[in-house]
Amino acid sequence: MLAAASGDVAIAFIELGAIMVGLAVLARASDRIGLSPIPAYLLAGLFFGEGGVAAPELSSDFLELAGEIGVVLLLLTLGLEYTPDELTEGARASWRAGLLDVALNALPGVVAGLLLGWSAEAILLLGGVTYISSSGVIAKVLSDLGRLGNRETPAVLTVLVLEDLAMAVYLPCVAVILAGRSVGEGAVSIIAALTLVLVVLMAAMRMGRHLTRILHARTDEALLLGVLGSTLLVAGVAQELDVSAAVGAFLVGIALSGPLQARAAQLVTPLRDLFAAVFFVLFGFSIDLGSLPSVLLPAIALAVVTALTKIATGWYAARGLGVGRRARMRAGTALVARGEFSIVIAGLALGAGLEPELGALAGVYVLLLAIAGPILTRFADHLVRSEV
Amino acid sequence: MADVRETKLPGLGVRYDFTTSSGQTVGVLVHRTGRRDLLVYSRDDDASCDLTLELEPEDSQTLAEMLGASRIAEQLAAVQQDVEGLAIDWIRIDPQSEWAGQTLADAAVHTATGVSVVALIGDDGSAIAAPGARDVFTATSIAVAVGTPEGLERLVQRLGRPASE
Repeated sequence: MLAAASGDVAIAFIELGAIMVGLAVLARASDRIGLSPIPAYLLAGLFFGEGGVAAPELSSDFLELAGEIGVVLLLLTLGLEYTPDELTEGARASWRAGLLDVALNALPGVVAGLLLGWSAEAILLLGGVTYISSSGVIAKVLSDLGRLGNRETPAVLTVLVLEDLAMAVYLPCVAVILAGRSVGEGAVSIIAALTLVLVVLMAAMRMGRHLTRILHARTDEALLLGVLGSTLLVAGVAQELDVSAAVGAFLVGIALSGPLQARAAQLVTPLRDLFAAVFFVLFGFSIDLGSLPSVLLPAIALAVVTALTKIATGWYAARGLGVGRRARMRAGTALVARGEFSIVIAGLALGAGLEPELGALAGVYVLLLAIAGPILTRFADHLVRSEV
Repeated sequence: MADVRETKLPGLGVRYDFTTSSGQTVGVLVHRTGRRDLLVYSRDDDASCDLTLELEPEDSQTLAEMLGASRIAEQLAAVQQDVEGLAIDWIRIDPQSEWAGQTLADAAVHTATGVSVVALIGDDGSAIAAPGARDVFTATSIAVAVGTPEGLERLVQRLGRPASE
């Protein structure tokens, strides 16, 4: 069988190799100018996609699957990012900032969806797209700018923790709604999904040690395979139950805790970067270039409004720490960047065959803010009058 | 010692900082991964860092040892200052000297010189630590004595040289 397929294998290898070399060049160039590679990946997909300059035959099943794995790994690492204790402590100490974050940043997306006359499902998703900041882009920017030790940084991280927690509620709801049940059935499914999330959170806090002991392995490969395998298993079962693979993976990430969490995150990160890159390119690929002009204006308007609302969120959160105006502006601008999770949410819409414009709008929107966010925060100190 | 403030950074680790006696705030960010960042805060914007120095585990160990080592050297110097005025000497006993062949009691060493003989060491390596009154200054011995420099000089007169007429 292998011999018969060898011709296809050669072509597949050459295609795959060419894509990866191309992405490597983009990642390198983005790093050189201090940006996240996500916009570059999206642009690459857009460039080669439908109606683009060159449209090679890349719709192989393998790439599709790789993109799906990318989503699963993105959500797994999102879940792994914070310990259950950090999640509960963040919720207890800073719930006001968290609520403000939801109100200020999901609302513009919802309003835009209403103005565009979209379906309720698409509106809910657009609210998620504009709500969630990119913890990946923000972590990189804070590190690059030497701001990890700054006094306002705990405020930025706390807002990200709360968004993480919000995702634990939001994603199952979205998954259930996208599954297209009747209102009554949907309500039951949502309650079931939220109960599951709560149970996993409690279990992670109470029994994280047991799960950690089961998965604990001395060699890296045993641990990596154990974590990946159980993540894919849970993700698959979740998908089968209409709760979305992404939610399952996220819950596995949250449930892992203790020393295992840090090690698993370290092991999974390179894999995530690889598969997530494929996912971003495929997302760009799926955007019809012809639909760009019509979404350009709404995307720009939404980007401007939600950049301002994120600045307000960060300003408020940092004020609670008693830092000065410049530090508050740094916190606010740091949060402006949207990225991987906005794309993941928009990807859910594409998967469900909702509003085709949502993908294009989210793509342009993330492109704008993934680039503008880091630039804005770099010059944050010039945006405020110096301290009195 | 200054108060060390501790701040948890979700997803990252813990930050410790304190203000030095000269008013400069410095800190260390301990990452979950074991990396440590040395933080030097800005003087005109106390919320931001002028310097963030990334240290891998072995780097922070090196730095910690350097800081610790110089402290030990300081402490040693302090100990030496404390015992200033005290001297220790090794005196080879001359067979023609005044006290050669006498016991410590006969010589009344302490009364005569004010120093204490703390050991007698033979040429074969044998040693009498804390010699008593009945131990004898023999020609092959080295006497180890502690006292003031003047007292040691008086001991050298009676042990280390031929007795004057």
